[in-house]
Amino acid sequence: MEEIFEKAGKKVILLGNEAICRGALEAGVDFVSTYPGTPASEIGNVFYRIQKEVKKLNPNFHFEFSTNEKVAMEAAAGASFSGFRALCAMKHFGLNVVSDFLLTLMYSGVKGGMVIFVADDPSGWSSAQSEQNTRFYAQMGHIPLIEPTTPQDCKDFVKLAFDLSEKFQIPVMIRTTTRASHQSAPVKLGVIQRSAFKVQKFIKDPHQFSTMPPRVLEMKKELLEKIEKIKEISEKSNINFVNSKTQIVNSKTGIITSGISHLYVTEALKELNLNLPVLKLGFIYPLSEKKIKNFIKNLKKVLVVEELEPYLEREIKILSKDANPKLKIYGKEGQPIEGGRIWKERKAILPQIGELKPEYVLMAIARFSGKKLKFNFKRHLEKFEKVKIPPRPPIFCPGCPYWFIFSAIKKVVDVKNVIFGGEIGCYMMAGHPVVNLQDYLYCMGSANGVAHGISKSTKQKVITFIGDSSFFHAGIPALINTVFNKSNPLIIIFENQTTAMTGHQPHPGIGKKPEENGVESLKIEEIVRACGVKNLKVIDQVTQQKAFQDTLKEFLEKDEVSVIVARHICALLEKKHGK
Amino acid sequence: MENKNFNLVIVGVGGQGQITLLRILAQAAFSEKKEVKTSELHGLSQRGGSVEVQIRFGKNIQSPLVSQAGADLVLALEMHEALRALYYCSEKTKFLINKNLVPIPGQSSIPENEILNEIKKFTKEIAIINAAEICKKELGNEILAGIYLIGYGINKKIIPLKRESIFNAIKKLIPEKYLELNLRAFNLAKS
Repeated sequence: MEEIFEKAGKKVILLGNEAICRGALEAGVDFVSTYPGTPASEIGNVFYRIQKEVKKLNPNFHFEFSTNEKVAMEAAAGASFSGFRALCAMKHFGLNVVSDFLLTLMYSGVKGGMVIFVADDPSGWSSAQSEQNTRFYAQMGHIPLIEPTTPQDCKDFVKLAFDLSEKFQIPVMIRTTTRASHQSAPVKLGVIQRSAFKVQKFIKDPHQFSTMPPRVLEMKKELLEKIEKIKEISEKSNINFVNSKTQIVNSKTGIITSGISHLYVTEALKELNLNLPVLKLGFIYPLSEKKIKNFIKNLKKVLVVEELEPYLEREIKILSKDANPKLKIYGKEGQPIEGGRIWKERKAILPQIGELKPEYVLMAIARFSGKKLKFNFKRHLEKFEKVKIPPRPPIFCPGCPYWFIFSAIKKVVDVKNVIFGGEIGCYMMAGHPVVNLQDYLYCMGSANGVAHGISKSTKQKVITFIGDSSFFHAGIPALINTVFNKSNPLIIIFENQTTAMTGHQPHPGIGKKPEENGVESLKIEEIVRACGVKNLKVIDQVTQQKAFQDTLKEFLEKDEVSVIVARHICALLEKKHGK
Repeated sequence: MENKNFNLVIVGVGGQGQITLLRILAQAAFSEKKEVKTSELHGLSQRGGSVEVQIRFGKNIQSPLVSQAGADLVLALEMHEALRALYYCSEKTKFLINKNLVPIPGQSSIPENEILNEIKKFTKEIAIINAAEICKKELGNEILAGIYLIGYGINKKIIPLKRESIFNAIKKLIPEKYLELNLRAFNLAKS
């Protein structure tokens, strides 16, 4: 049996993301939708694996990998509008895709509890493109946001989020960073809710669900009023707490922190044998302003420890204007620093770039409190940096069908004079020095969008790479644009019949097996043809190498857009299927 | 050892089974009623990049990450990757290294003795074990080297966990199909 179904009261080791899933089960979740993206992928992987078991506990239960995050969230909202509890999970970039819908959804609110799970990835461990700080969305969209620290928190916060969401009829967001999502530790389990089959109904109510002026401004007022009420909850909530025995009044210095950083702070204080008051914030939006003001009012200085941009630090600066104008605030403001190199700069003592590490926080607290460190981190780092270590970036697996695409290109294409547009998936490793065929890389769908602009503006030829899952995710509108506004990139669709990079999740191109209610696979070539593309070929680049090269040559000469669907199954799946 | 926390960093190349090793160690430590936390990175596991995972156990474990120069033990499944773990290495850190060089595409490999000389600048406590070769010869698969090294670490009391806790953790976590092989690899280090 899966550990995730263990009995209430038991302690089992769970990954932060697995604990999110258990929390959702304990909250009686009815609907889960997601698009895979690391560090959030396990949410979908777990529910995909256990969906049949969950259905036995809750006959209403539905899980799906949706075509993209926006669709996933719209589906979750639809379930919530119909009275069900819905969870929608994604990585930080997914939230950008969703934002158009989400910011409006905040105005209407929801019915059944709706929880949005977002995993940020400081240091970009699994995210090539940027290290985005999702907290700022909460402020922009008035989205209640809570941040767990440990796997236990992850589980418990999901229940809290569902209750809050249902009470105020508002989506609630849970945000982690990589080390919270991919941290494992023992978790004490609660009771999994079983539900009887309920017939829920979407009850027509355009007053709530149709956002049209002049009603929309009223809706904004309602939203802001909800946030005011949730602020009162945040003031009383025990997920914002001071964790020191020291009386706040006796100390002139203190620390404010949240999320994973709280663990580094606790560890550092132990190491330095310091007993400073620490205010740990679980609610990031809305902030418990009174609690913060009360914490800082008698302090001379405060250190704010958080990952990425100084979000809390700036909020605290604003609050201190009222509560304690003379308060000195330490953190990231000032010259940005990198990693633990606080000895190099004057002001910032924590980095805005990259994730925090325990030693960065230790050094920052030592400097903040005037304590001496027992260990010379600077000397050690300098010694370490003298060691010559060749980088080992990830590369295509042995036998990967994509190798055949790159070698064909290198054989027949004048690669110096052709622009290569990359995208998100295994094929973005085309930027690896061994392959070196990637002149730009942004997000899903953008290879073709950008290619169109280059083709229209210059005489240069552009070849773009897009995976099958990405094609369904965001590739189709840009393809139609190349036809409608006439440009001539050569688009290669890397069809390996899976979402490989994130761990082989299914997508519409492979359909669904009979035991999953059987859905026929969508043929990419039929979609491409329907978009108006005239130059189109489907080729297995592994078994038809010559045909693939000839088509490359032929399509490079075309004045209109051309598409090659390179169809060969992922080597890892081929091995698994024993072909 | 009683009151001290144990910090272990496992490095290697994607596909060498680091996450499985981590889960076995975590389960074993948990069964001995120790506090335990792990940190792992996903997404690159089968794509041959550097993979580093960490586990800490003992009393009052907060951070899931080991600090700079804070490792008690580095388990290196590949020799180049051992160099990367020097970030966590102090003069007290022990190194348990699988004698295994996986070439880095597009670059020339560093000879074994040069790698060793670099590590010696940080610590003298280095053991290089022929785990990959032994596992390949005895069990037909060098991926078992990680389990073999854990067996070695337990025997030499480098990893402060009980033999039977690891044994039970393997039984709990490894699928039936591969269980026998894993247990053999674990026991092989004893002989």
